[in-house]
Amino acid sequence: MSDSALVVEQNYEQLKNLALQKHGEIKEKPYVLVGTATCGRAAGALGVLDTFRNEIDNRQLDVNIIEVGCMGHCYAEPMVIIYKPGFPPLCYGSVDEGKAARLVTDFLIEDDPCFEFAMAALEPNDLFPTFGDYPRGVYEQKVILADCGLIDPENIDDYLACGGYGALAKALAMKPEEVIAEIKDAQLRGRGGAGFPTGIKWETCHDTPGPLKYVICNADEGDPGAFMDRALLESNPHQVLEGLVISACAVGASQGYLYVRAEYPLAITRLHTALEQARAKGLLGESILGSSFSFDIEIFKGSGAFVCGEETALIASIEGHAGIPTHRPPFPAVSGLRGKPTLIDNVKTLSYIPHIVQKGADWFKSIGTPNSPGTAVFALAGKVVGTGLVEVPMGTTLRTLIYDVGDGIKDGKTFKAVQIGGPSGGCLPESALDISIDFDSLREAGAMMGSGGIVVLNEDDCMVEVARFFLEFVQNESCGKCTFCRLGTKQMLDILTDITKGHGRPGDIELLLDLAEDIKTGSLCGLGKTAPNPVLTTINFFRHEYEAHINEGRCPALMCKDLITFHISAEKCSKLCDACVGSCPVEAVYTRPDMLKAIHLDKCVKCDNCLTTCRTLYDAVIKKSPPAAEEGVS
Amino acid sequence: MGLMEGELEIIRAEVEAVLEKYDLDREKLIPILQGVQVKLGYLPKEAMRQIAEALKVPEVDVYGVGTFYNQFRMNPPGKHQFKVCMGTACHMTGGRIIMESFERRLSISEGETTPDREFSLERVACVGCCALAPVVVVDETVEAKVRPTRVDGILLGFGLERAAPEKTAPDEGIDQGEEGREQ
Repeated sequence: MSDSALVVEQNYEQLKNLALQKHGEIKEKPYVLVGTATCGRAAGALGVLDTFRNEIDNRQLDVNIIEVGCMGHCYAEPMVIIYKPGFPPLCYGSVDEGKAARLVTDFLIEDDPCFEFAMAALEPNDLFPTFGDYPRGVYEQKVILADCGLIDPENIDDYLACGGYGALAKALAMKPEEVIAEIKDAQLRGRGGAGFPTGIKWETCHDTPGPLKYVICNADEGDPGAFMDRALLESNPHQVLEGLVISACAVGASQGYLYVRAEYPLAITRLHTALEQARAKGLLGESILGSSFSFDIEIFKGSGAFVCGEETALIASIEGHAGIPTHRPPFPAVSGLRGKPTLIDNVKTLSYIPHIVQKGADWFKSIGTPNSPGTAVFALAGKVVGTGLVEVPMGTTLRTLIYDVGDGIKDGKTFKAVQIGGPSGGCLPESALDISIDFDSLREAGAMMGSGGIVVLNEDDCMVEVARFFLEFVQNESCGKCTFCRLGTKQMLDILTDITKGHGRPGDIELLLDLAEDIKTGSLCGLGKTAPNPVLTTINFFRHEYEAHINEGRCPALMCKDLITFHISAEKCSKLCDACVGSCPVEAVYTRPDMLKAIHLDKCVKCDNCLTTCRTLYDAVIKKSPPAAEEGVS
Repeated sequence: MGLMEGELEIIRAEVEAVLEKYDLDREKLIPILQGVQVKLGYLPKEAMRQIAEALKVPEVDVYGVGTFYNQFRMNPPGKHQFKVCMGTACHMTGGRIIMESFERRLSISEGETTPDREFSLERVACVGCCALAPVVVVDETVEAKVRPTRVDGILLGFGLERAAPEKTAPDEGIDQGEEGREQ
């Protein structure tokens, strides 16, 4: 071992031992972890946190309270984990102020762990089942999400104590070529969506000569329906930083950027904290860990443009211009930011790097499929019970993902389709559920891995409206450079809007298909090339819905507002209940002389309020399509 | 929207203060615009002109960048901001209905500010809380699983009675609009 490698190792061991020592001290007494990522906060985690603080202060208990990130169980937010010596670490879901107070008095003071609120234990024990005992835990295999929600994202010692930055120390002792060879051998594919082999990109950047090179972490997660990058940055920022530093070390870059969406203020705050702590520990800055390698990272806040997820647009944005993609080649790895070789990787891709460097390419290849090794992270949302972030091996089927990991469809409804890959992806029907998910199989099915957003749709969702929604999104986000993307998507959107309003014409479907082909061929970047996917897949699998809209003026899912009317069923209405009348924001619901409720169709704004209110009572409010006349009014 | 009395001086001073923090380099244009927006809440024409002069770039470049990105506003925001999420999950669970409820109650359209500059209404592409859809960001607080009735509740919290769409004194304590707004 060379002298410098020895110094690196010594410095790292010192940091780690110090962290372990601090960590051990914390472990000696009870502590409470409260998940305060954005999703937890939205569900009320800050109120729960305050309750714990007040209760524990008032009773002068010696208990630490630590804010952590997101464990991925969004359906059960706010989540709390309590460690108390003598008990297995227990995780509690849907905690509110009341439950929090009970947990303090019953569990922390007395010894009753309140099993009635508990979700699962984190370690096998004789008292309570673990996450591994549920289907979700059986099918999940967590690599990059493993520590999320369990370690303090604002304390670098937590990450160090779990072996964090060990991969950096190892990489610093290796030759850059060796690191790149390992990544190439692991066949890691870029998790930003396209699935380009990461190792090849690194090699290109490494082989391009130049005194100044840059690395950029692409955290411009603009895909509506995906939030895994946010969760990773908020829950385990050091994992991403470590990956970025290793990538810089491998290609020989001296400056790095984190391009983060401005819509993620908490992620930006936690990253700032993480950067400061890493600098203070000598893991960033001049001669990292005592080696000859110097590197620092700057945060660049994106300003809200979906197209900036495209790497050349992202570079234009950092340079102070509008985010308009340019032609490739030259690829950024050859000539990128300020004309210098620039390596751009997604948050998830970088998060895998420390694990691959530590555990080796063979370990990585043992997970997943031969062409797409490793795990895939999905953001499960929509009409599925177990919403949240899940990490499964590549090759898992959509059926397993939705019915086992996601625990099936909400409210006993029927599955209709799954939208995967966001605006670049597509809608797949029931018949596609047995596809095993990887980069290639999804593309064959007409969808795309994209950034991994999965939205489950049920019988109440109109597929034409879904297609229209995505097209509206890309239409808004098109940068306007390519005519086909700029004007073609506009034409498609107009046609789809007409169809959802009942003004569709025969021949519209063929026209949409024509335009879709032209836009795919005539666009420069991924945004335009994939923009028609949602339309193409919905026409392919749900053509009958388009036809019902166009030919019959009927929305089969009862969703398109211009094609439905609201009515109250005389058989079901209780007559003596006024809930619907009170719920109407525009006073369209009224009581007839015979006490039956009815709706003035000319006043009704179709807000769904009466229907939702009545559903749990008498379920008497119904929707009709095509629009019907008001009962008793001619 | 016209400037109020004394507003021009405030704009000039704030822009000057932001410019002092950065190198006067074209690359710093976006951070400068972001900084100005944090201070003023939007990008007034006068501010863009001043930035263009300082960076020695044509005004049209500043305007081009400012209008390209969704984050930048060209109109003064309301004292309180409602951002309705229109991501996929929110859209499928009724985000549009929520937006329409706000529009109806505030008598403004998406992207507008009430004439008294109390409230503004915007759409955002996705705030990343898809599992809790539909969501609305009220100032800096994320409201989960919003129903049209909750819209009334939110507005009531700001002193807006359901029957009278006229505003009364806004609630205190919930206003974090000036400090935390880095969107």
